[in-house]
Amino acid sequence: MSVAHSDSAGATPPATRGPSPQTSPAPARLSAEAGTRGAIRIDGLVKVYDPQGAAIKAVDGCSLDIDAGEIFMVVGPSGCGKTTLLNAIAGFHDITAGRITLDGEVLCSAERPKAAAGSDRVVVFQNGALFPWKTNLENVTFGPSVQRKLSKPDALAKARELMAEAGLAGVENNYPAEVSSGMRRRVEIVRALMNDPKVLLLDEPYRALDALTKSVMHEALLRIYYKNKVTIFFITHDLEEAIFLGHKVAIMTTRPCRPKSVVTVDIPHPRDHRVLTSRRFRELVQETRAAVHEEARKAFEAGEKEG
Amino acid sequence: MGARTISPRALARGLVSVAVALLLWELGSRSKQWLGAGVFAPVRALLGALGFKETYLPCIGAVPPPSAVVHAWAGVIGDLGYWQSWGRSFLRVMGGFTVAMVVGVPFGLLLAVNRTAFGIAFPVFEVLRPIPPLAWVPASIIFWPTQELSISFVTFLGAFYTIVINVVGGARAIDGRFFQAARSMGSSRWDIFRRVILPGTLPSIVVGAVVGMGITWEVVVAAEMISGGGSQIGGTSGGGLGFFIWNSYVGGSYEQIVVGMVSIGIAGFISSELVRVLGRQITPWLRSR
Amino acid sequence: MAIRSFLTGRVGTRATGAVPLVLRRAADWFKSPRPYLMFAGFGLLLGFWFLTVEVLKLPRFAEMPGLTVVVKEWLSRDPTYGLSIHTREYYTHIGTSVWRVAQAFTLATVLGVPLGLLLGWSKRFREYVFPLFEVLRPIPVLAWVPLAIVMFVRTESAVIFLAFLASFFATALNAMLGVESIDETYLRAAECLGANRAQVFRHVIVPGALPFIFTGLQISVGVSWFSLVAAEMVSGQYGLGYVINTSYSTVRYPTIIIGMITLGVVGYVTSAAVRVVGNSLMSWRVRELALRGPS
Repeated sequence: MSVAHSDSAGATPPATRGPSPQTSPAPARLSAEAGTRGAIRIDGLVKVYDPQGAAIKAVDGCSLDIDAGEIFMVVGPSGCGKTTLLNAIAGFHDITAGRITLDGEVLCSAERPKAAAGSDRVVVFQNGALFPWKTNLENVTFGPSVQRKLSKPDALAKARELMAEAGLAGVENNYPAEVSSGMRRRVEIVRALMNDPKVLLLDEPYRALDALTKSVMHEALLRIYYKNKVTIFFITHDLEEAIFLGHKVAIMTTRPCRPKSVVTVDIPHPRDHRVLTSRRFRELVQETRAAVHEEARKAFEAGEKEG
Repeated sequence: MGARTISPRALARGLVSVAVALLLWELGSRSKQWLGAGVFAPVRALLGALGFKETYLPCIGAVPPPSAVVHAWAGVIGDLGYWQSWGRSFLRVMGGFTVAMVVGVPFGLLLAVNRTAFGIAFPVFEVLRPIPPLAWVPASIIFWPTQELSISFVTFLGAFYTIVINVVGGARAIDGRFFQAARSMGSSRWDIFRRVILPGTLPSIVVGAVVGMGITWEVVVAAEMISGGGSQIGGTSGGGLGFFIWNSYVGGSYEQIVVGMVSIGIAGFISSELVRVLGRQITPWLRSR
Repeated sequence: MAIRSFLTGRVGTRATGAVPLVLRRAADWFKSPRPYLMFAGFGLLLGFWFLTVEVLKLPRFAEMPGLTVVVKEWLSRDPTYGLSIHTREYYTHIGTSVWRVAQAFTLATVLGVPLGLLLGWSKRFREYVFPLFEVLRPIPVLAWVPLAIVMFVRTESAVIFLAFLASFFATALNAMLGVESIDETYLRAAECLGANRAQVFRHVIVPGALPFIFTGLQISVGVSWFSLVAAEMVSGQYGLGYVINTSYSTVRYPTIIIGMITLGVVGYVTSAAVRVVGNSLMSWRVRELALRGPS
C-alpha cells in the first residue's frame, strides 16, 4: 500500500486525477516538531468485557499503524467496538491482550493493561464534555491551569488567540449551554489543543451535528490541523467524512472489531469542500462503499446497540 | 438501579464499620464521661478548644450499651405486647399511607393534566405544605371525633404532600414528543391519559410512595409518642411502637428505648423495601438501566 | 401589546436588561389566567373555612376558631390570647425556632455535604461507611426523642440535635446522589486534560454535584422544621411548636392557627432563601434552564 501523505506547506504531488484543489497555503508557523510526534502502533489488540461473565469480545486481534502527523480515520457500524480502541489508547479501559505503543513507548500491554490517561492524548467526546459550570474560556484554559504548565496570563493569552483563530472570539465568557453545538465542538477542540498534545483522539465528534454544520466543521478542523500537524485519530460512521478528512481510512468489521481494510486517500492536502465533488473522491467512495455497507448490514441484523 | 450484586469484599467492609461502631458505642456507654471513653478524648479537646461547653455534647455514658440492649430485646421478644405494638403501628402506617396514595395520586394527576385545576389548587397546596404535619395535631384533635382519626389525618397529610409533589413533577416531565406520537397515531384524550400519562408518571409515583412511606412512619411514631406520652395532648389510645418507646422512657427502662428505636428502624425499612419492590414490578421497563 | 410597550417603554423590539424583563414578565403573568385562578383557590379555601365555622356553624366545626376570629386576634394590639403581630413574645418564639433551625441546618450541612461527597466519590469509603449510614437512616428522627433527652443534659441541645439528625441524613444522601449523577464523561475529560484526583474533585465533582446538593438542602430545611416542631412540642420552652402545644392545652385555639400559619410562612421563607443562594451559586444552571424555556 503506497503511502502518499503530503509534506509541509504547499507541495502538491503530481499524478493526481482531477483538478488540484486550491486553498490558502498553510502558514509557515509550524514548529520543527510538527508532524513528527504521535505515531501509534496497535499490535494484535484484544479486549474482552466481563471475562468471568458474559465474555463479550469487543476487539479481536486488531492491528493498526498510525503514522506521526497524519489524520487516521476509523469507520465502522455502531457498536462494533471502535470506541473501545479509542478508550484503550486514551487509558480509560484496560486491554486483555496485545500492545499499543506511542512514538515507540509502550502505552499498554498484557503486562500493564491500562494506559495512564494524559494530556498527550486528549479526547474530544461524542456528546461533548465541556464542563457546563465553567465558561468557555475557563474550559479552554483548564488543561494548562491544572497542570500548571503555563502561567495564568500566558494561558489566557494563548487561549484567546486559539479561540480567535477558530472563530470563537466573542463567546469566551459564555457558558457552553449558551452557544451553538458547532461552537461547542470547536471550543472542545481548542481545549484539547491548548495542551499541545501528540495525538488528538476524536470520538464521533460531529455525530450530533446537522449535515450543513458538519461540512463547515470539517473545513475548520482541517484548518486547525494544517496549523500544527497533530496526529488525529478520528472515529466515525460516516464514510464520506472519513475519506474527505483522512490520509488513511480503516474500515472495521462488526463486533469483534478488526480492520477489514485500510485505504489510503491519495487526494493531496490541503483539501477543501471542492474535493467532495472531485472525481477521485467519488471513486474512492465507490470503492469502499460496498465493504462498509456489508458490515453495516451485519450489525443491523445482529441488533447492535450503539456504544 | 438494577439488580445490586454485593461483592463479598463490600459486605465484609460494611460489617467491619458496623462492628466498629458497636464497639465504640459499648465503650462509650460504659465510661461515665462526656462523649465516652478516652477514645474520644481528642474530639472532646478539639470541641472544647472551639468553645463548645461540655454540656452541649451528648453524654454517651448515659446511653445503655449494646450488650444491655440485646439483653433487653431478648426479654421483650417473648412479650405479646411487644408484637402487638408492631401490629398497631404497621396498621396505622398502612392505613394512612393507603389513603394518602388513593387521594394523592388522582389529585396529583388531575393537577398535572388540567391547567385550571392546577392554577386553582397548586398555590394553595404550596402555601399549606410548609406547615409541618405535626403542627396540625392540635387542630386535628379539635376537629375529628376520635383520637385515632385525628392521628390518621395527620399521618395522611405527611405522605399526601410528598406524593402529590412527585406525581405532579413526574407528569409534567413527560417528554412532549410522546404526546405528539400518540396523537399522530389517532389517540383520544382518554387514550393519551391511560397510555402515556399514567405509565409515564409511574416512576415518579413510586419515588413519591417510597419517600411518603418513610414520612408516614415518622408521623405515626411522633403521634404515638405525643398522644400516648402523657403530655398535654394525652389520651387513652396508645399502643404502637412509638408509645412503646415513650413508655420505656417514662418507666426508666432505657434499654427498651433503644430496642424500640431499632424495631421501628427495621419496620420502616421493611415497609420501604416492600414499596420499592412493588414499584419495580409495575415499572418493568426501568429494569434494564 | 399596548400594555407591554407601555411598561417597557419600547415598541416593537424586545427590551433587554433586568428591570424591563421583570415588568414584562409581570405583565405577562397578569394577562394569563394564573393570578385569577390563584385568587379563586385561596378564595375557596378561606371561604370554606369562613362558611363552615362562622356562617353555617356546622357541628363538626363547632370548636374550630373562625377565620375572622383568627385574623382579628392576629392583628389586634391587645390580643385576648396573648399572641399577635404586635406582641413581643410572638417574635421571640419565631426567633427561637429560627435560630434553632439555623444551628441544626448549618451543622447538618457542614457535616453532611463532605460526607456525602466522599461517599459518592470513593468506592472504598462508601463500602465501609454507607451500610452504617443506611442502618441508622430508617430510624424515624422522632424515635430518637427519648434517647436525645437522656443523652443531652441541656434540653436545647437535645432539640437542636433532633432537628440536625433529619437534615443530616437528607443532605448527605443528596450529596452522594449528586456525585453519582455526574456523567462519567466529565471525569474522563478532566483526566485526559491532566487533572489529578484532588483537582478532579474540586473542578468536576463539587460543581457537578451542586444542583443535587441544593435540592437536598431545600429538602433538609423542610425536614429540619418538621423535626424541630415535633421536638418543641414534646420538650423545650419557647418556639413555635411549643406555642402550638401550649395553646391547645390552655384552650387558646386561635393562637394555634396563628402558630400554624406563622410556621408555614417562616418555613417557606427559609426554603426560598436556600433556593436563592443556590441559584446565585449556580448561575450557569439558571441560564441553561432559562434557555431551554418554560417546559
